Formats: sequence, structure tokens, C-alpha cells
Amino acid sequence: MAKIVTLRDAVTELVSDGDVVALEGFTHLIPHAAGHELIRQGRRDLTLVRLTPDVVYDQLIGMGCAARLVFSWGGNPGVGSLHRLRDAVEHEWPRPLELEEHSHAGMAAAYAAGAANLPFGVLRGYTGTDLPAHTTVSTVDCPFTGERLAAVRAIRPDVSIVHAQQADRRGNVQLWGISGVQKEAVLAASRSIVTVEEIVDELTPRPMSVTLPSWAVTAVAAAPWGAHPSYAHSYYDRDNAFYVRWDAISRDRDSFQEWMRRHVLETADVEEYRSRLLETEASTA
Amino acid sequence: MSTPAYDSSEMMAVAAARRLADGAVCFVGIGLPSKAANLARATHAPNCVLIYESGTIGAKPRHLPLSIGDGELAETADTVVSVPEIFSYWLQGGRIDVGFLGAAQVDRYGNLNSTVIGPYEHPRVRLPGGGGAPEIAASCKETLVMLSHSPRTFVEKLDFRTTVGYGDGPGTREQLGMAGRGVTAVITDLGILEPDSETCELTLTRVHPGVEPERVQEATGWQLRIAADVEVGDAPTEAELEALRALKTVDEIGVTG
Repeated sequence: MAKIVTLRDAVTELVSDGDVVALEGFTHLIPHAAGHELIRQGRRDLTLVRLTPDVVYDQLIGMGCAARLVFSWGGNPGVGSLHRLRDAVEHEWPRPLELEEHSHAGMAAAYAAGAANLPFGVLRGYTGTDLPAHTTVSTVDCPFTGERLAAVRAIRPDVSIVHAQQADRRGNVQLWGISGVQKEAVLAASRSIVTVEEIVDELTPRPMSVTLPSWAVTAVAAAPWGAHPSYAHSYYDRDNAFYVRWDAISRDRDSFQEWMRRHVLETADVEEYRSRLLETEASTA
Repeated sequence: MSTPAYDSSEMMAVAAARRLADGAVCFVGIGLPSKAANLARATHAPNCVLIYESGTIGAKPRHLPLSIGDGELAETADTVVSVPEIFSYWLQGGRIDVGFLGAAQVDRYGNLNSTVIGPYEHPRVRLPGGGGAPEIAASCKETLVMLSHSPRTFVEKLDFRTTVGYGDGPGTREQLGMAGRGVTAVITDLGILEPDSETCELTLTRVHPGVEPERVQEATGWQLRIAADVEVGDAPTEAELEALRALKTVDEIGVTG
């Protein structure tokens, strides 16, 4: 059964320095509040896993939390580069970052293998590209047809963290809308944290939803607005303007650190983060 | 008859949109491809099925999405599936007609780089990476590519081969067991390049109005093959331009009121 705890306690108890940690959410339901809590608690030497390291990983990398990144597309969607990721790769600031790079299809197969307790995932992919020379990928011959296929090592995070719309008081989780690889990430991991917009008395069945039963999750924490600047379908929209603003905030090391100090390090939780952010926006509007 | 004023990026979007047949099932990358695919849907191809790698199948966005996973895509989709499902059952399953991609560099065989400029271990510019592109270009029945034409983007040798077009030339795709035909057109702000049926080499087959083939050669970092009968494409119609300019992200609408 999942324990219902505070996000702070969940991170303190379940995430250690050096862990392999996956924060998933494909554009939608990105667990930003949990990323901020990892930064506040000063986690170090993490291997961060994620198909699309966008702003949340830019922040973790720029704050020096990560030693290694396993990913398939690292950018600010529709806007451009992730400047903190680039600074880490191009100039080793604030520390060197080792990369293990894949394609989306490869990462998806590796998560699905992890969830299925298989040692590797199999797909038609990578072939003919320069990726195999720079990453962990191999081949396997089909025992029935002889076809040569790509094999990717299963992703088995120590901890997976996802955000969802709702949990009930027993810790059953429901999310809906674009569901990415969250189910696979949670089922592939040794431990899992789910932050939610709301804890409700009873979950209502919804179309296109994913349910994670309480007994498949380690901890549930309420974190309303916990996906911002990503979004939570039925709760709030993606803050596209923030993603555009992030380009300027993150371009410069000093302005990045100042922003992180003011909005993350000096705030205690997502509620304070939100009011601080609204203050900033009011003063610059 | 008056010709409406337009710029070269609008010409590129219109030329790309025209390549999409009505009813085609299209796997769309964000940015230029998404704009062109939605223009096609707003003009001659209302039954185009747009698939984004976030798992949204049959998305019919009323505004241009900024990311591949905007809520607008899920709300207007026929269905939403997981990321493992979209890549395994739908893309690898061979159900997609057209892959529509951008890139930072392209070479004469339509191979693409979206990973790094400079050496991989110590890049001058770290680009986002392949994302869905390598498998989209392998498995879609055909692939369309859009990028701006310059010697920096049309290069003799890629800094990194992220995505295979025709590899090293004829036979590569077959040897690699790729299901799709490969890149069938590269649409730029100057014209359209298509692979030669025998050599697979990208060949200039069409220029946009007012563009001379010499200018395309100057913007290409290799000795460009130019078709004997290069066509001059049609300028955007007023209807196309009107539809294109109406395509805005929600935020652009917010800014302009």
C-alpha cells in the first residue's frame, strides 16, 4: 500500500545521492514540484533518466544534482536549446555530465522491458545511425526468423517519480490525458513517488486514463500545481509563456542561479513557489 | 491577377503542405513540420490524420501546439495512447504513411543530423538529439524533411548521422531492413529536392518562384545535382496564405488579442 506523505518526506526517505532517478511525464504532468524538492534537499550524483529532459532537468543539471543523463531528446519544446544542459555538456558547468543517448523508441522499449521484468527490450531501430558508437545498444537475432534487431538494456530506476491528477485516500492513483511512459516508469522502478493535484474520497472512471493501484506505488504526496510550467489536464493549461521566458532566464549562469535561489531554494514547497512566481510575474508585467 | 506578398518561410510551409495528400496518416514533428501539416489540414487535406509522438492519434488542433504534447492535441485527438504504444504498435507496426521531420543538417543522401555540431564528445553545439526521428524515418512509408537552405545546413559530411535517409546510397535501406521508402522530398525556403531514382542522391527538381538554380547551388555545401527540367513551383495562393497566417499558437493569439 502506498503511504500518503508530504513530498519533502517522500524525497528524504526514498531518494539517495547516487540513485538512478526517473522523473517522467511527456510534456504533460511533468513532476516539477518533485524536481524542485530534489534541488532543495541537495541530492548529488544522480543518474537522471527521462525521454525528454526539458526545463525540469535543465534545473536539476544546472544546480549540480546530476552526474549522468539517460535521454532521447533534450530541448525546450518549441522554443530551442536547454542552456543549462548545453553548458554542462559543452563546458562541464557546474560539473561534467555523462550522457547515455537513445531514440524515443529505444527508451520506450527499455522502460517497457523494465516494467515487464525482462533484461532487455527489442525493436527495429538505431540501425545505420551514429548512435550505436556512442551509447549502450546491441543487437539480437530473432530465433524464429533470423532477423537482426536492436536490443536495449532494460531501464530499472531506483526511484521513479511521476505526477498525476488524483489519488484516493488509500493511495490509488489516476491520471488522464497524455500518459507518456509514466505507467512503465513506475512499474520498472524499485520505489516510486507519485505527486498529485488532489487527494479525493473516490476516484471516478474517466476515458483515456491510467490507474496505478495503491499496492504498486511506494508513496503519494499532494502537490497541487506540482506540474507547473507543464500542465495537468482538467486542472490547468501548459504555461507556454513560461517555457519561452525560461530561454532568457537560463541562458546566463548568474540569472539562472538567481532565479533558482528566489523561486526554489528560498521557498519551502510548491505553494510558496507558486506565490513567489506570481509575485515575480506581477513585478515584471 | 495580383500576386499576394509573402516571404520565403511562408513559401516553404505552403510547398511542404502541398506534399501531403488528403487522408494521409502523418507522424508530425514539432515546429515547421507541425505548421505545414496543420496548413494542409486547413486547406486541401482536411482528412489528414495527424499523429504526434506524445501518443495523440488524429489530433485536430484549433491552434498550433508549441510542444508535441500540448493539451490541445489530447483534447482534439481520436484517441491518446502511451509512448511505448505509439512507437511500437503504430509506427513500427507500419501504419504511418508519412513522417514529417526537421533537422539541423542534411547530406546528399538525405541523412539527417539533429544531435551535435562538432565532435560528439566535445560538441561546439549540443543539439536536442534524435527523439523520434531515427525510427520515424525508418518505418514510415515515406519521409518529408523541411529545413532552411544554407551551406551550414546542406553539408558534404554530417557531424553526426542521427537519422538515415539513404545511408551511403542505393541499397543501404534494404541492407538495414528498413520498411519505409525513405526521404522522398526535402522542402526548403528555396525549392524542393528529391532523390534520384537510381543514385538516391538529392536532386533539385523544383525552385520556388524568383529563385534561380544557381542560388540553390550556392546555398548547398556539395556539388548539387540539378534536374534537366527544373520546375518553377506555384506561388502561395491567397487562400493558402490566409490559412497559414491564421495558424498561431495560443500564446500568439493572447499577445495579439
